[in-house]
Amino acid sequence: MNSDLLRVVVFSVGMATIATIVMLPPGIALAWLLARRSFPGRTVVETLVTLPLVLPPVATGLILLRLFGRRGFIGKWLDQFGIDLVFTWKAVILAMVVMGLPLLVRAARNGFEQVDPRYEQIAATLGATPIRVFFTISLPLAGRGVVAGSVLGFSRALGEFGATVMIAGMLPGTRTLSTSIYAYTQTGQDAPATVLLVAAAAVAFSAVYISNRLSTTGV
Amino acid sequence: MAGVLIKLDFVVHQGTFRLTLRECVQARAIALYGPSGAGKTTVLETIAGLRKPVAGLIEIDGRILFSSERHLDLPVESRRVGYVPQDIALFPHMNVRRNIFYGQSKSVALVPDTVLRALEISSLLDRNVAGLSGGERQRVAIARALLSEPELLLLDEPLAAVGHSLKERILPYVERVRHELNTPLIYVSHSLDEVNRVSDHVIILEEGRVVESKPTYSVS
Repeated sequence: MNSDLLRVVVFSVGMATIATIVMLPPGIALAWLLARRSFPGRTVVETLVTLPLVLPPVATGLILLRLFGRRGFIGKWLDQFGIDLVFTWKAVILAMVVMGLPLLVRAARNGFEQVDPRYEQIAATLGATPIRVFFTISLPLAGRGVVAGSVLGFSRALGEFGATVMIAGMLPGTRTLSTSIYAYTQTGQDAPATVLLVAAAAVAFSAVYISNRLSTTGV
Repeated sequence: MAGVLIKLDFVVHQGTFRLTLRECVQARAIALYGPSGAGKTTVLETIAGLRKPVAGLIEIDGRILFSSERHLDLPVESRRVGYVPQDIALFPHMNVRRNIFYGQSKSVALVPDTVLRALEISSLLDRNVAGLSGGERQRVAIARALLSEPELLLLDEPLAAVGHSLKERILPYVERVRHELNTPLIYVSHSLDEVNRVSDHVIILEEGRVVESKPTYSVS
């Protein structure tokens, strides 16, 4: 593998790793909320979280572009602080987070739902605050679901194409495994496309394998 | 020993079930006695804060846990009520030591060794909870509740699922909690023998109502 291809692999795995770390706190919080609390607008939140799974990724990318572009609702606000997201590596992460989050939330929510609320209640009777109950009881017992969700979110982030192309483009500093495979194929360069394909398949296989192992044998 | 003043004056609605309790008892150990479905567990869960009464007052030794009149409803973690549910609910991802010390109070009024010795569980500390026998699980759950230094210990049919010989082995531990560790308790049971051995006052419940409330020595 030449250095350009290696750079693409390292960049993609690095971006997907950062995206997974970024999506973990909101993903876990959302999963817990949806599993344990009923609140007004719960169905709307549930639908919004799932939306990127059912929308065409390119459409999700377009929504992100409209929101985070310089004239977009959020982009205009970020511009005041000198933050420009679109067509940078930060946009790659944004697309990965948005596309990976639904998978993380679904698996982690399933994990929280499987935790017997009795343990949380008993922990509270022992004087544990809700925060302590969450970190010492709920989260460890839902750990398998959270880890499986993180692996799925990471895999989805790594394979992200549609939304990434829309908001980050295929520039030298934003090229991921998926966009590079597409670019090489479009220009008839089959050899590098095949190398990246094998690399992408190896990383994705490892991630899904770990996820499946965790869901059957536990953390 | 005079015991503590326990005021349980509340109404709980749970689907179609209605529970009404109007009791003010001075005792060290109260037994809630009655058939299945009488509302015994509901009483314990309400005192622990896991169920909210429609209205009423829960006061333990002058400390109000719930008062609809004063709009006071202490959160579960602030009630200082140790609850050992019927299903025991030991934390499965923690060993015995971590379970027992989970809610340990920072105060030193109750020395852990005293509890461990009284319940004979010092040798179990590094065991996984999955490998414990029924009697060991009960004792660990009682120790866990005691080490959080509760002002009141709630035991929900701790011997319901164990055989006669195991029951005979565990009952002395419960008696020790009452006599040696000096912790007031409410003990749910549908066995008269247990009621007589463990409590000094019994409240007999049927279909969510108190049919009798009297010192235990008069139970027959």
